[in-house]
Amino acid sequence: MIFTIAGKELKSLFASPLAWVVLTVMQLILGYVFLRRLDDFLQLQSQLSRLANPPGATELVAAPVFGTAAGILLFSVPLLAMRLIAEERRNQTMVLLMSAPVSMTQIVLGKFLGIFVFLLAVVALTALMPLSLAGATQLDYGLLAGLVIGLAMLAASFAAVGLFVSCLTAHPVAAAVGSFAALVLMMLAGEAAGEGLRARGWALAASLAQVLSPIKNFEPSAKGVLDTYALACSALLVLFFLALAARQLDAQRLRG
Amino acid sequence: MPEPDSALTISARGLTRNFGSHVAVNNVTLELRRGEVLGLLGPNGAGKTTTMQMLTGNLAPAQGTVSICGVDLMEQPIAAKARIGYLPEVPPLYRELTVDEYLALAARLRRVPRAGVREAIDRARQRCGLSNVGAKLIGTLSKGYQQRVGIAQAIVHGPDVVILDEPTVGLDPNQIREIRTLIRELGGAHSVMLSSHILPEVEMICDRVQIMHHGELVYGDTIAALKQFERGATIDLGLRRPPSLEALAATPGVASVQRTEATLFRVQFAPGDDPTEALVRCAAAGDWGLYRIAPAQKTLEDVFVHLTRHEEGG
Repeated sequence: MIFTIAGKELKSLFASPLAWVVLTVMQLILGYVFLRRLDDFLQLQSQLSRLANPPGATELVAAPVFGTAAGILLFSVPLLAMRLIAEERRNQTMVLLMSAPVSMTQIVLGKFLGIFVFLLAVVALTALMPLSLAGATQLDYGLLAGLVIGLAMLAASFAAVGLFVSCLTAHPVAAAVGSFAALVLMMLAGEAAGEGLRARGWALAASLAQVLSPIKNFEPSAKGVLDTYALACSALLVLFFLALAARQLDAQRLRG
Repeated sequence: MPEPDSALTISARGLTRNFGSHVAVNNVTLELRRGEVLGLLGPNGAGKTTTMQMLTGNLAPAQGTVSICGVDLMEQPIAAKARIGYLPEVPPLYRELTVDEYLALAARLRRVPRAGVREAIDRARQRCGLSNVGAKLIGTLSKGYQQRVGIAQAIVHGPDVVILDEPTVGLDPNQIREIRTLIRELGGAHSVMLSSHILPEVEMICDRVQIMHHGELVYGDTIAALKQFERGATIDLGLRRPPSLEALAATPGVASVQRTEATLFRVQFAPGDDPTEALVRCAAAGDWGLYRIAPAQKTLEDVFVHLTRHEEGG
């Protein structure tokens, strides 16, 4: 059932120009960043070779590409996720799901899975660029794996927030603006709250605040560190917002 | 606990729903039996759509219970919903999918096993006259075809209950005829509930009718009884050379006469006391120039006026 809904979601995504535009624009920007970094790397190479332990291509080229991808996801995931529920409501197609023998949890998971698979394709496309250097230089596959996992978790976090905000309204653009605002706010407030709480000596609360800061959870894996705490925080964030979304859908059935 | 009646496909008791302070549906109780076509009649805003939303689990009732084939919709929503096919007022169509893709999605969502999907789609398409548009995008179809896709979607999984909210709105007369035939056919194996604000339509398709007004059921009976009720005891009479009102009123069986136009009269009589023959005889004898005599067709409005007035009078 979840896969049926996810499959429909993917089909609809690729039937709309939005998905293709996002993919295209993303490739253009990432391509530029990639080539620019590569150019810098080649020019610096003579100097780098004099260092005892020089940073490789993965660190100097791949990491910035993934960083840029994270930034683009911050803008594009709200746009992709806005359709999930809000557009169905607007087109009055939500009834098909609501009157089908499907639970709200299944609807939410199906929708989430649909957009997440699409975002995984985005992550894969991003990873292909540095991988194209594999024949020319020694790549740090550990760091690359960390970047891929980190970006995937980041995309999942953004998608979960976007899906929840999409449940709140019947207006897709309002959903997009709302989830973008929520993500930016979480980024800023999550960090500030963490620091503030830590300054007061509330270590537990400070560590929990990290759940609400997806970018902060991305940082360790961007350095090639597999930080289980950051991964757990991301997973918790996703689950939290998906649960909220399911509850919101159920509440609307009651409220009408 | 009473044994649930196996012939009952819908059994709703005391459904009530309010939006804020506005009571949209008040204490509605209705039943639908297997093989029956039930018409839910009422003017716009009478609460038909709200009632159907509650019956299909799209809206939670404030009070009351719904059970579908003996399965409680609140306690086991998934099992109950699997037995329902619902076409809302606006068909829930994904314009970007083809008819086949869409029907396959609808079938899979309603738990039709993967192996049976192909067959289910073919059957639904054939029943709804969609056989040669399977590969077309829904967005490119005309309104009539979209409505048919909406109905196909509701019957693709062979549900016990089909609930159709204004299924013939926006169709041309030919399409309306086809849809009506289809609904009659569906009534054979499934049970069908449909809403409408067109009285003759309900008369034509349904076995039984429930009339809603201001969120309450004001009348429920078989179509035959409704016809009786609606013809009531009124005759429209057209006379080219009318006699005086008194002379008309003196005809045996006539209770009262009203002049509606220069040559048109509305004759009331006591039920069971039909003066049609007497009127024709008198008209011939008195050379009144009779050019029209017909039982007055009451509009739905008249029925409502009558029903609500009746209630107030006690």
